[in-house]
Parts: sequence; structure tokens; C-alpha cells
Amino acid sequence: MVDKGIGARVPRKEDLRFITGRGRYTDDINQPGQVYAVFVRSPHAHARIKRIDKGPALAMPGVLAVLDGQDVAADGLGNLICGWLVKSKDGSPMKMGKHPLLAQEKVRYVGDRVAVVVAETREQAKDAAEALVVEYEELPAVVDLAHAHDAPALVHDEIPNNLCYDWELGDKAAVDAAFAKAHHVTKMELVNNRLVPNAMEPRAAIGHYDPGQDAYTLYLTSQNPHVHRLVISAFIGIAPEHKLRVVAPDVGGGFGSKIFIYGEECVVLWASKKVGGRPVKWVAERSESFLTDAHGRDHVTTAELALDKDGNFLALRVNTKANLGGYMSTFSSCIPTYLYATLLAGQYKTPAIYCDVQAYYTNTAPVDAYRGAGRPEASFLLETLVDQAAIEMGMDPAEIRRKNFIPKTAFPYQTPVALVYDTGDYEACLDEALRLVDYAGFPARRAESERRGKLRGIGISCYIEACGIAPSAVVGSLGAGVGLWESAKVRFTHTGKVQVLTGTHTHGQGHETTFSQLVAEKLGVPYEDVEVIHGDTEKTPVGMGTYGSRSLAVGGEAIVKACDKIIAKGKKIAAHLLEASEADIEFKDGKFTVAGTDKSKTIGEVVFAAYVPHNYPPGLEPGMEEGAFFDPPNFTFPAGTYVCEVEVDPQTGEVDIVKFVAVDDFGNVVNPLIVEGQVHGGLVQGIGQALLEGVRYDEGGQLLTGSYMDYCMPRADDVPSFEVHTSRGTACTSNSLGVKGCGEAGAIGAPAAVINAIRNAIGVRVEMPATPERVWRAIQASPLAKAAE
Amino acid sequence: MRVSMTVNGKAVSGEVEPRTLLVEFLRNQLGLTGTHVGCDTSQCGCCVVHVDGVSVKSCTMLAVQADGASVTTIEGLAQGGKLHPLQQAFHEHHGLQCGFCTPGMIMSAADLLQRNPDPTEHEVREWLEGNLCRCTGYHNIVKAILAAAQTMRGMAKAAE
Ligand code: FES
Ligand code: FES
Repeated sequence: MVDKGIGARVPRKEDLRFITGRGRYTDDINQPGQVYAVFVRSPHAHARIKRIDKGPALAMPGVLAVLDGQDVAADGLGNLICGWLVKSKDGSPMKMGKHPLLAQEKVRYVGDRVAVVVAETREQAKDAAEALVVEYEELPAVVDLAHAHDAPALVHDEIPNNLCYDWELGDKAAVDAAFAKAHHVTKMELVNNRLVPNAMEPRAAIGHYDPGQDAYTLYLTSQNPHVHRLVISAFIGIAPEHKLRVVAPDVGGGFGSKIFIYGEECVVLWASKKVGGRPVKWVAERSESFLTDAHGRDHVTTAELALDKDGNFLALRVNTKANLGGYMSTFSSCIPTYLYATLLAGQYKTPAIYCDVQAYYTNTAPVDAYRGAGRPEASFLLETLVDQAAIEMGMDPAEIRRKNFIPKTAFPYQTPVALVYDTGDYEACLDEALRLVDYAGFPARRAESERRGKLRGIGISCYIEACGIAPSAVVGSLGAGVGLWESAKVRFTHTGKVQVLTGTHTHGQGHETTFSQLVAEKLGVPYEDVEVIHGDTEKTPVGMGTYGSRSLAVGGEAIVKACDKIIAKGKKIAAHLLEASEADIEFKDGKFTVAGTDKSKTIGEVVFAAYVPHNYPPGLEPGMEEGAFFDPPNFTFPAGTYVCEVEVDPQTGEVDIVKFVAVDDFGNVVNPLIVEGQVHGGLVQGIGQALLEGVRYDEGGQLLTGSYMDYCMPRADDVPSFEVHTSRGTACTSNSLGVKGCGEAGAIGAPAAVINAIRNAIGVRVEMPATPERVWRAIQASPLAKAAE
Repeated sequence: MRVSMTVNGKAVSGEVEPRTLLVEFLRNQLGLTGTHVGCDTSQCGCCVVHVDGVSVKSCTMLAVQADGASVTTIEGLAQGGKLHPLQQAFHEHHGLQCGFCTPGMIMSAADLLQRNPDPTEHEVREWLEGNLCRCTGYHNIVKAILAAAQTMRGMAKAAE
């Protein structure tokens, strides 16, 4: 047994630098000769650029360059792209509007990049940016998603009805037939509120062109530095891939928002060459983050569930309008389609499902993946709909779910919306959650609250998600422009220490610890002897990065495969040293042993022999360094049950979460401490969506929620402590570790639990965010309030 | 203008503009990059340091205002090569993920514990109102602060 191996609650090895203030984030890096970039942004949601006069800005002190869309065009730089081709019902490809690095002809949202000013100091750049003269001709703005189709303006002049695609999934005829014979239909209209990811570290970048090497280096806040390198090379065309190094050092949270290739990071890289190779730094101010980080969610949906008289689900029909914002962000097309509609089966055996999605451009910030990405929208819809159905059918919300669960004997299970779930035991999670929350004791607690003048409610949410993104051939057939495998390299040194190079990126997830545990377990080396290296395209093998809860399920498995190769080679060396046949060598706990004997060599001895091959198997390569790529055969399917109990103050509409239980099936767990932390964080983002957060634009497209004073982030005193349990795991079959992915679950499952609990308390469903005002108004209109009068 | 102050026990001075913020002075002139900037409206608390023993948002104070003061940043919290009990507790209880809010959280909590050595969970949560964390959901931060409070009470007792 190794100390600190798989399953151990090891406190993280990355902590030391952060708790002592020695983390190294992009803005902590300064380079000799560094200059500063400040962006001039559109104050209008939609306007034609009539004229830009650079003169006054160029004349300001310290200014080195002022660059705009015409300079971008003159240098022949490519546009930003969306890397996933979604096709409409009629087979036509999505309509991708041009997305230049700096606006050309038109601006399409408030905050759109119009120009960049580079100056000796940040203050000088700021002052000069103020002096830049830009004349606009304002155009009517398309802001309301629900009416984007018939809006009086076109975000992209060449794209009719602002419609990017009209996509569908599922068997429409089968669904229509099922609805025709349904005993009951539950129908709902709902909004999935738009959110700002709000990683605490704002985006930042330092671009550096080295004229001597004719090579570029980009430091930036990225979840996937190799993907940045690929897009900047292949599509933007700033530098060929082998001449571009991308480094994502410590990154202060991402939640999806740092996956994407934005204009700013590309511009500073390009601008460095324009100013003779001086490093150009840009750090977003928080208000820029609000305006320009890709937002999340933003759906308007109609959903219908058909049931028979016993409460069995017969069919589900969903129509969703999804907001893309002013331009398509890097993965924006797949979020409201393949990461959304494919999850609409949830944990249920609903035999027929049909979903169609219309994605619209509006004059708002681009929308893309945010923690959960599509799956929270699917889960919220389904779990509030199922709850509503239970109410309408007079059934207990737990029982209607139990009745419709895919039974644990039915795996692998083909859903009607393309996915094949490998394993699961939904009832076990539900039972455990109900036990932990004391579901049976709820009526007594409700009565007690009532005596204090409070309305108590309980809400259940049984979520599922598809993680471990993703099997390349599958996503390729659905339109993805890249493969979604992952890579690893495991390198021993002479002295038996191990370096693990991974293509994933850690920005809070604790890979340095988890991967060290993995390697300690597999190779039997001390955990302390393993160092995990990531985030630098010049050090690590090409990898696809971290998102979609993929790092362990895909990246971890690549590490396992590399370890397997190390062991296989080690066996050859050990056999030679022990004068035995390779087939007789067993490897366990860091030792190669001749089976049935006490003759053995430690892995350290074998590694030393590999580097000092004086007595060595003839023909075998020296050295001990192995690489592997892993392309998963399927997604992984974490699932679980969340139960939220709230107390509502009918006088103020304030919602207090008094209890929150999360039971998750993440398969096998490498580090429970880290996994629980991931759930806590996800839950608070989910609760934030349910109760506090929501982006608002006014009719003219001005962002009203552009700072922490107007956008309500969850604070410590808004949320409770949680009961989180991850012991009910069914091992995943798509990787040898049996792991599923835990990063997004909380954000996916929590919103419906909270909203269902409020509905249970006050008798009506409140749209998210369920602010005190909304809840109070709902109470005034609710049958409960009427009954009380 | 010239400012002089004591930072983490060392006398320092430098030339600043009247508009230079304390956080800019610490980060850009002294290279103390452990103090972070997470917002522009004095809401996130990533920038909390101690000025004359009291927690302050260093993005909301001018460098000149700290002239003559004694400033402690996250880099100066560990004493004699030993982690502060709060640093230790954040580590043991997984009170940090990306680490960006962490220096501010720890410095803010340190001020709480000197005012109230035995806070309730509720009091900790209320105190942290000015510190945002997007990663941890606060659960383990609160746990870590309560654990550190206990350790520090034990240390204070032992010292009596
Ligand atoms: S940087 Fe946000 S409060 Fe100081
Ligand atoms: S640990 Fe990332 S913001 Fe708190």
C-alpha cells in the first residue's frame, strides 16, 4: 500500500505557494522593456464605425502605437472562429458572422474592441485611449432573445433573422405520437438566466515578439494553452505553431471563461511586433471582464412532458431559443446543442425525446461555456418540469422520479438522445440523499417553521451530466473541429524522481496533487517524489486542456497509460538484471519481483539501470520516459441527487437555505478532499444562479450589471455549509481508473433543487434568480397566500 | 512624491504619483505580488493587507495615505519560517482552489481572529462579506478559519 495513493485525503501540494503569496499569475510577471495595452471599446451595442482619428491619441505622451480594425485587415490576420460546426435541420451549416480581432465596419456589443493603444505606462495608455476619436452611427440594437427573430435590425447584415442555426435532435414523429395518447401533459415556459463566470483573476496577457529568434511568446490566463497556440497559428495567422510558445502560469479560476480565444490576447501578441518586439501587457479591469468575458446560459425554453395515468414519462418535447451574443465564441455552437439536448433524458427512461434549438445573434457579449455548459440548462429544465408534473399528478416528487429512473440493471443504456450511459445507480443516490436530509421528518420541520411564521420547502434535483470530454470520433461526427484526447509524459530522472507532464491545465482543480497520487499509486514511488508540470507549450506534450470535467478521466488515464509503458519497459530491464524471463516478472508497490521468489529490484534500481545501462538488455533503448495519448471510448456520466431545504420569510421574500445535501456518484474518487471542494464550489455557483445572479441589459443594450455592485455574487453569508457525500460511486467503464469527473456537478444539479424547494414552500415556481422581490411578488400571487387571507 | 513605510518589518520608500494606490505600490514597486487585484469597485477583497494591524483593502487606499505606516502583506504573515495557523488551516482544510482570493481571505480572517478569537460560523461568514471567492463555495474557508481560531486559542492558552 502506498501512502498518499488513490483514495487518500491528501492536502494539496500546490497550496504552499498560494498561502504564502508566491503564486505566479500572469499579472505577477513583468518583463524588461514591457509596455502596456489598453483597449478602446464600443460604448454602443450596435453601431457603424464612421471614422477613427488616431491623431490625438498618437500625440499623447508615451504612446507607441494605436491599432484598429484596418491595421488588422492590412496585416491579413484571420478572424476569431467557432470550432464546432453545427448544422441546421435542413442540412445547411451554421451562419458564422465575421469576428475580427478589432472591429471592422460595425461594433456589435457594448465593450466590443475598437482599437488598442500601446504606451510606456498603463496610465499613459489609458489617457491616450480616452483621447482616441471614434465616430459612430448608432443602429437599433437587438437585445431581447425572445424577439431576435423579428428584430428590426440585423447583428450581422448578411445573416437573416439573426438566426445562426435551427437545429434538432430526436424522433419528432415518435414524440408527437406519444403526446397524442398521453393521459396528462405538463407544460412549462422557462428562462435560464444569463450569468457572468467571474473567475476572481481577470483575464490578462503578455505578448512578446523576439526579432532575434523571429519567435513569439504569449503568457496568458488560459485553461488550454495548446488550443490557444493552435488557433492563433492556424486561424489568426500571427505566428506559425512551432514559433509560438504559449504559457498559462498560475491561473486564478476559469469556469469555462478562459477556454476561449478572445481578441485581446491575440492583439497584444501581434502588437508586440508592431512596437519592435517590446513585451506588451494587458490586464483586464473587472468592468472589462463583465463586458467581454464570454457569458453563460441565456435560454428561453418551452418544455412539455407527456405522462400516462400512473405517472410514467412517455415523451419529452423541448424548444429552446439560445443567445449567442454578438459573435460566435470558440465553442458557442455546441453548448446549446450537443452539450444540452443530449442530456435531456436525465436519469429517466423516457422513451421518446425531441428538442429543437434556434440560436440567435443579439447585440450582447458573446455567450459560451460556463461551468456545466449546456448541462445545467438541461438539468434545470428537466428537474423543474418533473417536479411540476409530480405536483400536477398528485405524486410525491421523490416517487415520480424513482418510478421513472433507468434501473441499475439496464446499463449500458442507450438514451433516445444519442448518448449511451455506461453505469449508474440513481436510486442509491436518491435513497441516501433522502435519508441524510431526513425526508420523512420534513412535515414536522415545516410545521415548526410555520409556527415561527416561515414557509419551509424541500426540493429535489436528480441531475446527470456527460463529462470526460470527449471521444474524438464521436465529437468529430457531430461537427467538432478538433480531437478531444489528452496527453501525458512520465519521466524518471537518474535519482528516481518523477516528472509528469500533462496537456491538461490546473487553475484550482488540484492536478498537481491528484496526478501525484495517481503516479505514486501506479509506480509505487513516494508521492513527494512526483512533480506535475503543466501550462507551457514548450514543456508539455500537445494537449487539449481542462474543461468539461475531463482532466482526470481523460488526462489522468493518459498518465496511467504512460505509467503502464514504464512498467512494461521496467519488466524487461528487471528480467535482465534478475536473470529471469520477462514473463515471470511481477510489478507491485514499486518492486519488480520474479514470481514465486524473493528476488526483486526496486523501481529506483531499474530506473538507474536504464540511465546507466552498463548491464542492460541488448537492443533495448536506454532511459525511462514514456508518453501516452488517451482518446476515451465514451463520455463519463456522473449523476446524483441534491436535496435543498429552504425557509422563506413571507414578509420579505427572503430565502434562507437551511439544509443542503449532495450525494454524487463520481465513480472512484482519487482525493475526496479535493472532490468535495469541487462540489462545494459548484453548488455555490448553482445557488448563485438560482438566487442571486443574473445579467441584465437595458433595451439599448447597455449592461446594467457590470460590476460587483450590480451583479450579485454569492458571498459567504449568502450560503450554508453543505453535506456532501461521494461514496455511492459506480465505477466508470470508459477509463481504467473508474473515475467520472466532479468539477461541474454542483453547478448543474443545484439550481433545480433550490427552485423546487422554493416552489414547495410558496406554491409557485419563481424564475431565476429568485430574488426576495420576485419571491415576495410570487407569494402575493400564490394560492397559499390567498388561502391564508 | 516620496513615501516611506514599513512593509513586513522592513523599512521601504519609493517615488509615487498622487494617484498611485497602495496595492500598486506593493505589487509594482516592491514586487510583492501576493496581494491581488480582483475588481475595480472595492468589492472583492483580493487586495486585503494590514495597515497598522488593521485589515484594509489596499485598492482603496492611496500609497501616500500609508506613508509612515506599518504594512503587513501575505508575504509577511509567516513568522520565523513557520506558517501562520491560518495558512496552515487553509492548507489542511482545502480552503483554497485557484488561490487568487486566498491572500485577501487569510489577511482578512487574521484581523477577525485578533478581534474575536472565538467566532461562530455565522460571525465568520458575516465577516467575510467583503471577500469574494468563486472557487471554494466558502465551505472550507469557513472551516479553516474556525479551525485556526481553535489552534490560536490553544496557543494563547499555552503561552499564559
Ligand atoms: S481589488 Fe477588489 S476590493 Fe480591492
Ligand atoms: S480559491 Fe479561487 S477565488 Fe477563492
